[in-house]
Amino acid sequence: MTTLNSKVPEGPIKDKWTTYKDKINLVNPANKRNIDIIVVGTGLAGGSASATLAELGYNVKAFAYQDSPRRAHSIAAQGGINAAKNYQGDGDSNYRLFYDTVKGGDYRSREANVYRLAEVSGNIIDQCVAQGVPFARDYGGLLDNRSFGGVLVSRTFYAKGQTGQQLLLGAYSAMNRQIARGKIEMFNRHEMLDVVIIDGKARGIIARNLITGEIERHSAHAVVIATGGYGNVYYLSTNAMGSNATAAWKIHKRGAFFANPCFTQIHPTCIPRSGDYQSKLTLMSESLRNDGRIWVPAKIEDAKAIQQGKLKPTEIPEEDRDYYLERRYPAFGNLVPRDVASRAAKERCDAGYGVNATGEAVYLDFASAIERYGKEQAKIKGIKNPSKAQITELGEAIIEAKYGNLFQMYEKIVDENPYKTPMMIYPATHYTMGGIWVDYNLMTTVPGLYCIGEANFSDHGANRLGASALMQGLADGYFVLPYTIGDYLSDDIRTGKIPTDAPEFDDVEKEVKERLEFFINNKGTHSVDYFHKKLGKVMWNKVGMARNEKHLKEAIAEIQEIRDDFWKNVKVPGSLNELNPELEKAGRVADFLELGELFAKDALERKESCGGHFREEYQTEDGEALRDDKNYAYVAAWEYTGKPSEAIMHKEQLEFKDIELKTRSYK
Amino acid sequence: MNLTLKIWRQKGPQDKGQMVEYKVTDISEHMSFLEMMDVLNEDLVAKNEEPVAFDHDCREGICGMCSLHINGEPHGPDRGITTCQLHMRMFNDGDTIYIEPWRATAFPVIKDLVVDRTAFERIQQAGGYISVNTSGNTQDANSIPISKHNADLSMDAATCIGCGACVASCKNSSAMLFVSAKVSQFALLPQGRIEAADRVKNMVAQMDLEGFGNCTNTGACEVECPKGISLENIARMNREYLKASI
Amino acid sequence: MSGFLSSSIARKVAMALSALFLIFFLIIHLAVNITSIFSESVFNELSHFMGTNPLIQFALQPVLIFGVVFHFAMGFVLELRNKGARNVKYVKYNGAASATWMSRNMIYSGLVILAFIVLHFIDFWFPEMNYKYIEALPADPTRYFGELQHKFENPLRVGAYVVAFILLALHLLHGFQSAFQSIGFNNKYSKCVKSLGKIYAIVIPLGFITVALYHYFNH
Repeated sequence: MTTLNSKVPEGPIKDKWTTYKDKINLVNPANKRNIDIIVVGTGLAGGSASATLAELGYNVKAFAYQDSPRRAHSIAAQGGINAAKNYQGDGDSNYRLFYDTVKGGDYRSREANVYRLAEVSGNIIDQCVAQGVPFARDYGGLLDNRSFGGVLVSRTFYAKGQTGQQLLLGAYSAMNRQIARGKIEMFNRHEMLDVVIIDGKARGIIARNLITGEIERHSAHAVVIATGGYGNVYYLSTNAMGSNATAAWKIHKRGAFFANPCFTQIHPTCIPRSGDYQSKLTLMSESLRNDGRIWVPAKIEDAKAIQQGKLKPTEIPEEDRDYYLERRYPAFGNLVPRDVASRAAKERCDAGYGVNATGEAVYLDFASAIERYGKEQAKIKGIKNPSKAQITELGEAIIEAKYGNLFQMYEKIVDENPYKTPMMIYPATHYTMGGIWVDYNLMTTVPGLYCIGEANFSDHGANRLGASALMQGLADGYFVLPYTIGDYLSDDIRTGKIPTDAPEFDDVEKEVKERLEFFINNKGTHSVDYFHKKLGKVMWNKVGMARNEKHLKEAIAEIQEIRDDFWKNVKVPGSLNELNPELEKAGRVADFLELGELFAKDALERKESCGGHFREEYQTEDGEALRDDKNYAYVAAWEYTGKPSEAIMHKEQLEFKDIELKTRSYK
Repeated sequence: MNLTLKIWRQKGPQDKGQMVEYKVTDISEHMSFLEMMDVLNEDLVAKNEEPVAFDHDCREGICGMCSLHINGEPHGPDRGITTCQLHMRMFNDGDTIYIEPWRATAFPVIKDLVVDRTAFERIQQAGGYISVNTSGNTQDANSIPISKHNADLSMDAATCIGCGACVASCKNSSAMLFVSAKVSQFALLPQGRIEAADRVKNMVAQMDLEGFGNCTNTGACEVECPKGISLENIARMNREYLKASI
Repeated sequence: MSGFLSSSIARKVAMALSALFLIFFLIIHLAVNITSIFSESVFNELSHFMGTNPLIQFALQPVLIFGVVFHFAMGFVLELRNKGARNVKYVKYNGAASATWMSRNMIYSGLVILAFIVLHFIDFWFPEMNYKYIEALPADPTRYFGELQHKFENPLRVGAYVVAFILLALHLLHGFQSAFQSIGFNNKYSKCVKSLGKIYAIVIPLGFITVALYHYFNH
């Protein structure tokens, strides 16, 4: 076990980034023309990085498995993006955003990275507005803010319920400008299948053209991985169907350490599962918790009646409802951080109070918000003694203006009108805080190999706050990586073009081809999804919202079994040289089957509860997470040595100099 | 419910392709349309037949990847949704459902129900951006107030997910709704005004080059658009184009 | 001109402008025709003025003919291009789900109108040209009403006339508001334009039909 060097610069936290930027090496514009950079993944992080690197003058090759960068799953982020602008004058500052993020992450993130994130957050908003991102505005024409879980200020900028979409389109428009100039070469419908390392440095990738099936070699002076998280290891998650961990897992197998895989965010407000055919779970934005109140019946007999369809939620009187978040966390109420809200929902449902046929759902009720807004509007409009129907109508109009698209989405999926009856929600896998370990420069343990956005582990600790993923993705891509990568590339100005006929390319390409051929020739008995669903079940039941030693050990054994079975019996129809979605899935699931095991192993090793990682053995008397700062205030970075079970843990000790380590309380 | 599916199968871009009939059984009304397709594909894999290729990704109506022409309409009979948000409760037991790819010369079929929509990307590359560097040294975000009205209209246009349903539904395979949404988003913002004239000319020129048809204002695109992009955007683009040309 | 007209939007605007011109012309034409119901002399007087005024004959008439020819020619060019924009047809295409019959069949209503215009030229315009410029018969300011009545004696012709104007109504039901949309007019007044378009599309053809039927039943 070695200790990792995070390369955090010296000096006071407020000055670290500025001083560091002033001193790092730069590449002169003439030399940038001779340097190639590969960016894999074109969501917010990859897209913004590609655009910025190309603007700087590097030759960028960008890869996306979708038919366009604008379809990356960043597009699905609904609620908003945080920035310490303090436009509301409510006491926000860089320090407060930094503090909230570290605290929200349950003190398992690297202070210097988080401070830098807070520091550049304001720039992101400036940048996006300049790019034409139509953020919500108030009647004076200035930017509007809303409030998200786990914080006491309003610092979230938003564009209706489609903030991720708008930011991604902004980044994509910046990319388009560079594609038109020829500075970005865009490879749509291409999937990276491995990384090529020459003399210890990342020098290229092997990619498959998903339309023709052709295996291609691409070389560069540096490789940036921005392929998002691994939430689909659970099969069911809010991720896109194609979201996968293959790029991240492949670089892990070639030497990049994988950090804190057990830190996964289960989002509290998703539409509950309706049956076994379910292919994905749909998120309802956290912003709904601004106005929605979460409850379950207080009486177990009411809950049973609801589960059997004999009782309607609207028939339960106010005094028989248990607004359990408001009860347990009076200070933050319905706006506690995601991990806390999810666990509280699970606790109630496990106790039998769930509210749909599966018993895995709680109510998110807008009735009191509708009434409050309705009365407010009646007052504004000067209606004296408004009737109940009038109030409801006025209130519903306000709710519709704020969340109309989410309500419509809910109604289409569930076939119930959420204005009239409370929404049903249940936690679902949403985001992975863990990921490839990177230093302050966002470089992995392989020189020249970078990892940004959700794919890396860096900024969110054990739990991410709402509206911070967009912030991190764009911060990494627009404002951090473009500086730090120059420091590395300044040594490469005399290297010249990297040849793709090097023996290292031959070897990696051969491995990639052999694996693909294996899938096609295996002619097994079960489809890829069969194995993926099995893995997902084990992950959800034993490595899900609450974990314990027994379950984790079982999970490891079961995952190994599923993996062995997969390699014996997987069936992939079709051929190599064509568009073959089953073949694509096979490679991804093969990697999830390894990652899942490391995930469980990491969860087993971390004998504490923090953020999204809740070990049943380590909790307080009233069921709150019990952190162990003395023994576990470190990042667990795993080195691959041939099998997930034999991975070696390296520790990065976390130091808290600017924030006092204390028990997180939202009470 | 039990259904008969008539699905377009085409091995590759050069293949001629044809409709093929399949049966699916025990479909739940709570399934999404794509989950029904998953069931079909699982059946096909089990029978050692090749599954039907179709584009899909986020399955929550925002990525714009899914693109099925169902019973003669893009994204099927429901309104304001994408294919992945279409639920089987819109159909009845015993129904026959026609499933075809988007049809337009500018959207060639890659395989089965998957089409190549990169024409849309090239149109955006022709001018769908504001020429500002991502240095972060721009002015403060609040230094130019933008009327809420215009910001909202811009946002409405910007919600376009570029799925191509407008082209698929249009009897002329015109891409005007998509292009106008992109033009409008920027034309309505002070930041985008500076390049507005060049932008609209370049984007329209690229749109014509790609071989999309001409708009005859039938309004089918607006009806079928999963994001409710308004025809007002097309009128705005026409105005912008005239202003830029005269 | 051809450079400008190579762009899709320019063509669309040109179609709209020629349409608006023709829409305006129809009002004048109907206004003249309608007088034939009320007063033979007024009709003759107006017809004579229209037929002999040099400004109308040598300036406006060529513009009108150009407008008609252009609108048709461009209509066909666009239709052909639009057909080419979908090289493989849908097996099942439910156009009625999202657009009106009128908007989807402008080319067919247009073709019927074209056929009618050919008939109209044979009936009125060629004899008129022949009368005035080829045989150069003496001017007779009272001949028009009689000629008009004579034409509407044949029930087949009146039938064709009625059918053509019904198709014109359908063409206008989409075309009127479409022309405004094409030139970029879509704002808070568009509702009025749409209503006005509907009234126009029904009233104008109905006017022409009334004139025809009136003379058919009253000759």
